[in-house]
Amino acid sequence: MAIAISPRAAVAERAPAARYMKPPRRWADRAFRWLTLAMALAVIGLIILVGWQLAVGSHLAVSRFGFRFLTSSTWDPVSEQFGALPFIYGTAVSSLIALIIAVPLSIATAIYLTELAPLWIRQPLVSLIEMLAAIPSVILGLWGIFVMIPWLRAHAFPWLKSALGWTPFFNGPIYGVSMLAGGIIIAVMILPIITSVAREILRSVPNLQREAAYALGATRWEVTRIAVLSYAKNGLFGAVILGLGRALGETMAVTMVIGNTPQIKASLFAPGYTLASVIANEFTEATTDIYLQALFEIGLVLFGITILANLIAQLLLKTMKNAMTTRAVQ
Amino acid sequence: MRIGTLLIGLLGLSALGLAADASAHMTINGAGATFPYPIYSKWFDEYAKVDPSVRFNYQSIGSGGGQKQILAQTVDFGASDGPMSDDNLSKAPGKLIHIPTVAGAVVISYNLPGNPSLKLDGETIAGIYLGNIKKWNDAKITALNSGTTLPDQDIVVVHRSDGSGTSFIFTDYLSKVSADWKSKVGSNTSVSWPTGIGGKGNEGVSGQVKQTEGAIGYVELIYAIQNKMPYAELKNADGNFVKPTLESVTAAMSTAQIPDDFRFSMTNATGAQSYPIAGATWLLVYEQQKDAAKGKKLVEFLKWALSKGEDMAKQLDYAPLPDELRDRVLKRVDEIKL
Amino acid sequence: MKAHRHTRRKIISALASTLATVAALLVIAPLGLVFYHLLVSGIGSINWDFFTHLPKPVGEVGGGMVNAIVGSGELLALAALIGVPVGVLGGVYLAEYGDVRMNALLRFVADVLNGVPSIIWGVVVYGLIVLRFKSFSALAGGLALGLMMIPLIMRTTEEVLLLVPNGYREASLALGISRWKTIVHVVMKTASQGIITGILLAFARVAGETAPLLFTAFGNRFWNHNLLEPIAALPLQIFTYAISPYEDWHRQAWAGALVLVVMIFLINTVVRFLTRGRTVRVL
Repeated sequence: MAIAISPRAAVAERAPAARYMKPPRRWADRAFRWLTLAMALAVIGLIILVGWQLAVGSHLAVSRFGFRFLTSSTWDPVSEQFGALPFIYGTAVSSLIALIIAVPLSIATAIYLTELAPLWIRQPLVSLIEMLAAIPSVILGLWGIFVMIPWLRAHAFPWLKSALGWTPFFNGPIYGVSMLAGGIIIAVMILPIITSVAREILRSVPNLQREAAYALGATRWEVTRIAVLSYAKNGLFGAVILGLGRALGETMAVTMVIGNTPQIKASLFAPGYTLASVIANEFTEATTDIYLQALFEIGLVLFGITILANLIAQLLLKTMKNAMTTRAVQ
Repeated sequence: MRIGTLLIGLLGLSALGLAADASAHMTINGAGATFPYPIYSKWFDEYAKVDPSVRFNYQSIGSGGGQKQILAQTVDFGASDGPMSDDNLSKAPGKLIHIPTVAGAVVISYNLPGNPSLKLDGETIAGIYLGNIKKWNDAKITALNSGTTLPDQDIVVVHRSDGSGTSFIFTDYLSKVSADWKSKVGSNTSVSWPTGIGGKGNEGVSGQVKQTEGAIGYVELIYAIQNKMPYAELKNADGNFVKPTLESVTAAMSTAQIPDDFRFSMTNATGAQSYPIAGATWLLVYEQQKDAAKGKKLVEFLKWALSKGEDMAKQLDYAPLPDELRDRVLKRVDEIKL
Repeated sequence: MKAHRHTRRKIISALASTLATVAALLVIAPLGLVFYHLLVSGIGSINWDFFTHLPKPVGEVGGGMVNAIVGSGELLALAALIGVPVGVLGGVYLAEYGDVRMNALLRFVADVLNGVPSIIWGVVVYGLIVLRFKSFSALAGGLALGLMMIPLIMRTTEEVLLLVPNGYREASLALGISRWKTIVHVVMKTASQGIITGILLAFARVAGETAPLLFTAFGNRFWNHNLLEPIAALPLQIFTYAISPYEDWHRQAWAGALVLVVMIFLINTVVRFLTRGRTVRVL
């Protein structure tokens, strides 16, 4: 019976010990096995629990509004008309802005860390990025309200308005709290995760690829572009989607800087509202049953799209891993 | 094993936390309006000295939240500055009593360079909040403030993003002075605001106005005072410009007709000195208390608040209840069954 | 001709390298900015009062956040009671038993769960506990945090257990030690440092969470000594103070933020110290 030898495979996809060890016979062994199995199945239980709670909590709203919930933009607790479109729009736009800002920066930083940086600088830089990841959302929001927003309102936004005010995205009154501010703060929150995962992906590209490119006379950038990036395409894409998944669910920091107004406006200076923020703001105050159920339904929509994003991300990362273990030998 | 010691350590920490305050307290939980939060929190702090065996934990999450939580019975009392609608009252699992505590003024605060003092009237405010009046130097505003130069700046309208009794009082007033507002928006704790950005609680709105130049917002008087924010003089129903003060709020309350269930509105009150945007705030309690011990403590607190507490209200510029109303309310408190 | 093209390619390469370096600087810039403000605005307010006094009534200056700090500790302890046993034992199953396909599925589900927004956990626990028992409570808050910890701890435990060489298991079994004793006393003991690391990382992650506590733990301006009552928590208090208009509360929010960040960084530093030489995935 051959056992996988490759060191990388030993960690990643190693066959579990059960394969070549004797089956448990004694009752203590069996009991322990069942105990750990029950605990492991908890994850399945959890995901079902979440889905079920959200579905049960929103069934009235789902049956009353149906598909209109996703397409109507009226959010009026008084007349009990609830449409989630402004929040879907807000979540989508703020996440998109965050990706536009964060993805180039993260991937460039990952490239820097794996290809360019002198060795002595790598670990400290990685540690710094991990420290950024550890900052809780509410603290970033605190900084956002008192430092970032005043600066944006006084300097960055007026400059953007004067330079790009002819586009529909950058005209309109400047409040400070805005969709753009929301996007920027989400970008800061997802920078570390995309950088970390991208860095791992780039590190796992076999050196052989790089060496081959160098041997053919490529410059450093060409090596990176041709040998590394195209090889790691899937994985990098997975890292981006992972970042997107994180962006979609970001709550506290966004609530503190986005303005909390359910509206759909083209201007990025206008305040907006995201799926997560409306739950945070209005959950404890939903006075009527249908109001609470509508918020549960928003939670269901949020759950759905984050699960979808994470599923896609995990699949992409998995195909990258599989591709690596079946490709050229080290 | 290290995991074992870690777990024991964690249990020890929680035991420490639980033992941190040695004497046993009863906690009575309440939630709701941010409008009276300053005076309530003062009352709870003082009452803890009067009766150290009980603590009142109040979360200011907005009147909408207060109504919701008391309906769901997740708190022992609710607080709201918008009286509960008949619809909502019918949903309650028991009979809910409205207990008025104090009255206060909803002031129009703003952030302009130089902190000028402004005069405004109902029509103008409605115009601003409807989005019709967009700039500070609009003709309608300058007409009321001939002595002041107003900048050519966009008005940043700030309203409540949460379910708010303060919003109720404000929109109730606007519905009375502007037919346009009444038909387009109406009055409630949560409305579909035609324009502006949302702040959470009185705290959030004042915070937003304070941070944003050109902003205008409606907040309870004490929030504007404590944060040294300017507020406008308003034209009342009699045509006089009145400042929001203890006296002008009391004047407004004296003209109000107060029914037996204590749900009333006092906006746009008549009277030469009445401040137009004033309202009372209520504590919502069940007539039949489900926990006798807690109910007893709650009733004791209510009686203290309606006698001793009322004196403290004046210091924070809330108007206490007039004597004969207070007697009526105390009689109702006696009807609470334990 | 050839020399010309080489130069152009070299310039592009140099440009790309510069951009990458600039990007790296931009990525850590927010960290520097946030830290700078935390220190400048927070350190002035950290005094003995802050760590020993309860909050004062609204609008009055002074008071502290001691109940929030201890409250956070209590919530973490409660979360650990749920998260640690389930997570560690679940990770044991994934590493030691099971078949390849089921384990792959479980791992996949755990990873997906890690991506669920924390506010959803708050919503779920609200429906499950708060509505049923008609009360906000420390238990509900602890449960929400604990459920978040389960997939985190499960994955890290599994990863470190897989690193224990098979030889240990084989030697132990060859000596006649039963399977479960092998796992507990040999394998887990060897990996104990890694398991603790994983638990600490989960703590650091969960300590700063605010959203799931908004409608479970709810907050409390006084001490709480009943797990069935609402409880204060540091991130909650920071949020409430930050969106208020009171200067004094803003000051205290910065101080609270500084304390929270120091707490989290302390945990992360301990982790880094314990795992020096090995790579650990922090996220």
